[in-house]
Amino acid sequence: MGTFYPKNLSGIKTETVNIGEVQPELMDTWPGDYVSFLKSTGINNKNIDRRNFIKLTAGVGCTLALSSRILAGSKIFPEETEKFVREARYYEKLDNKKIRCRLCPRQCVIDDRERGYCGVRENHDGTYYTLVYARPCSLNADPIEKKPFFHFYPGSAAFSLATAGCNVNCKFCQNWEISQVRPEEVRSYYLLPEEIAKLAGQYECQTIAYTYSEPTIYYEYMMDCVQACRQKKLKNVVVTAGYIAKEPLTELCKVVDAIKVDLKAFSEKYYKEVVNGELKPVLESLITMHQMGIWTEIVYLVVPTLNDSDKEFKELCRWIRINLGIDVPIHFTRFHPQYLLKNIPPTPVKTLERAKEIADAEGLHYAYIGNVPGHPSENTHCPQCKKIVVRRSGFTVEQINIKNGMCTYCNTNIAGMWGV
Amino acid sequence: MKRREFIQTGFHMTGGILLTSPLLPLIKNLVPAAKSKVIVVRDAQIQNEKYSVDSDRLSQLLDKGMQSLFNTDNPIQAWKKIVTAEEVVGLKVNCLSGHGSTHRELVAAVCESLQKSGVKSENIIIWERFSSDLEDGGFKINQQAKGIRCFGNDHLGFSNDFEMYGSAASLICNTLQRLCDVVINLPVLKDHGIAGITMSMKNMYGAIHNPNKYHLNVGNPYIADVFMLPSIRNKVRLTICDALVAQYEGGPSFMPHWRWAYNGLLIATDPVALDYSGWQIIEQERKKRRFKSLKEVGREPKYIYTAADAEHHLGICDPEKIELVTVE
Repeated sequence: MGTFYPKNLSGIKTETVNIGEVQPELMDTWPGDYVSFLKSTGINNKNIDRRNFIKLTAGVGCTLALSSRILAGSKIFPEETEKFVREARYYEKLDNKKIRCRLCPRQCVIDDRERGYCGVRENHDGTYYTLVYARPCSLNADPIEKKPFFHFYPGSAAFSLATAGCNVNCKFCQNWEISQVRPEEVRSYYLLPEEIAKLAGQYECQTIAYTYSEPTIYYEYMMDCVQACRQKKLKNVVVTAGYIAKEPLTELCKVVDAIKVDLKAFSEKYYKEVVNGELKPVLESLITMHQMGIWTEIVYLVVPTLNDSDKEFKELCRWIRINLGIDVPIHFTRFHPQYLLKNIPPTPVKTLERAKEIADAEGLHYAYIGNVPGHPSENTHCPQCKKIVVRRSGFTVEQINIKNGMCTYCNTNIAGMWGV
Repeated sequence: MKRREFIQTGFHMTGGILLTSPLLPLIKNLVPAAKSKVIVVRDAQIQNEKYSVDSDRLSQLLDKGMQSLFNTDNPIQAWKKIVTAEEVVGLKVNCLSGHGSTHRELVAAVCESLQKSGVKSENIIIWERFSSDLEDGGFKINQQAKGIRCFGNDHLGFSNDFEMYGSAASLICNTLQRLCDVVINLPVLKDHGIAGITMSMKNMYGAIHNPNKYHLNVGNPYIADVFMLPSIRNKVRLTICDALVAQYEGGPSFMPHWRWAYNGLLIATDPVALDYSGWQIIEQERKKRRFKSLKEVGREPKYIYTAADAEHHLGICDPEKIELVTVE
């Protein structure tokens, strides 16, 4: 743990450990008479009554946090994890060592020594810390189409990374082994932002993708990586559920090149029951992205019976047309049984085709079908002449008929960032 | 029934189907027929004004409580009603607030009693979320196979498969799921800034991999649902709540100015009855000190009622059906 060997990147498998793995017992610890030890003068016997507490803290302005730390007889965090710890950027200090996290709409109020919903941020003595700075647990060189981005440098490679944790808990999560655990429960690397930029270059990736789990929860690390990578002329894209507060999102939009939003459904009920989140803040995030001119694509995972009605598709597509415009790509992707939703079958292809028909009828220019390799709706068509301008098969780009951002057949502008 | 309806029904019922079958025999065993007994055993001399605990008096207090709970003159006989000599016993302490942790002296008294009743020291495991939490609580980590063991969940990791009930779906720490046959729950009597109070049921958040997901809505129904997970429900046989020094506000963090010497232990086999009784003690102290009730501050621990409802059947929270025995 903590040492990175680039050869591990040769595949696309996630570098996680089985969190059920039983570690071998260590034999270097204390063997004495435990009961006698427990009876000996212990930490609870230290004279920290109310009077002494006041003495300790009164008149020594800055010592409140420090005194607790010293009295506890230990560092704030275990030595092996301190290198991953940074003070969090968006939070508010409250009375009695509590804090309110301001990073996502959940706005967790967190007591001393407790963590937020995401599981990767911890309050210590009224200061809030991220525990996943420079602590990626998954690193891969992926085709950009895997994110999926279909209108962003097609055929390019994205150096993709994630830390543990997530601020929602989707019952269908395909990455739950890293997203729904705390950082201590997965094997991680120690990679500072400059090293990420260097590795991306070594693997000939033009783009860094913050993906797999939820980049919002490793915001500080992501922002520093973005800066390091921009210095190396690398692009930065974010794959997110869009459940993020407006202020950090605005700062993010100023420095990254594209964002893909997993819009899980178009109903609050689904968000509450299946996602453990809320729809409204996600829609607000999409509008913020649109207003800030960031290239945005949307993925809608179609889960049979739960978010696949014609009515929901129509309302979704209409909302996109009105609020974001007809050039925002939407990917209707196929669900496969995962995590806590194993009793629901994969999405019928016909359902996905119906969703695309509804999007087309609503006037959206770029509606795709995903997770169905070889389906004709993986291709990008020119909205004017209808010819194929990007031909794809799975994650492979076979042909690009775009020049200077325009269809080579009819010179119509094709929305996106093409690099050709 | 249409295919769509079948799938939707299946979606909602998955957890129930998975759980109800193996739990049916246990529900019969655990649901009290008429009343639940909660022992409140106190000794005004058990600690001095500086909260220094007299270990001998504490052992005697524990014996009194156990004898009272099991109606016996012999404390060893009482312990033998909880564990057999062959079983591996997990002691789930609460160390999340450093100084406000479960007293080591109490854990020592429990260990001694278990050994006197035939449990081998190697079969006793003191356990908590992280080893660092235990160290902050004054415990010494011992991961050896010899002697009483003491370590956090970070030592052995978590199960491969989820256990599910209602809103809860979690991996269980291997310490509990693989090693322990029985758990003696050793929480602390204290206020909780989100859940209202934290005692026996809430303490088992330390057995799962994702407790951060279950702090919504004042912990309701999450705390009750987590306790329904088979490995927890089937193994927690006894709760001894450390109320030597309790905390009526500002928990779970250590807030010495809101702690008071209650000088007691709460002991029960019914976690719901114990939590309900402890809640009332905290409310009384809040009232005495002119603090608003937990209900008035939006932190009424409704999960206790949920735990007692017809679906959960984890115990009793009707004061008419709780036999509260005070031993001074």
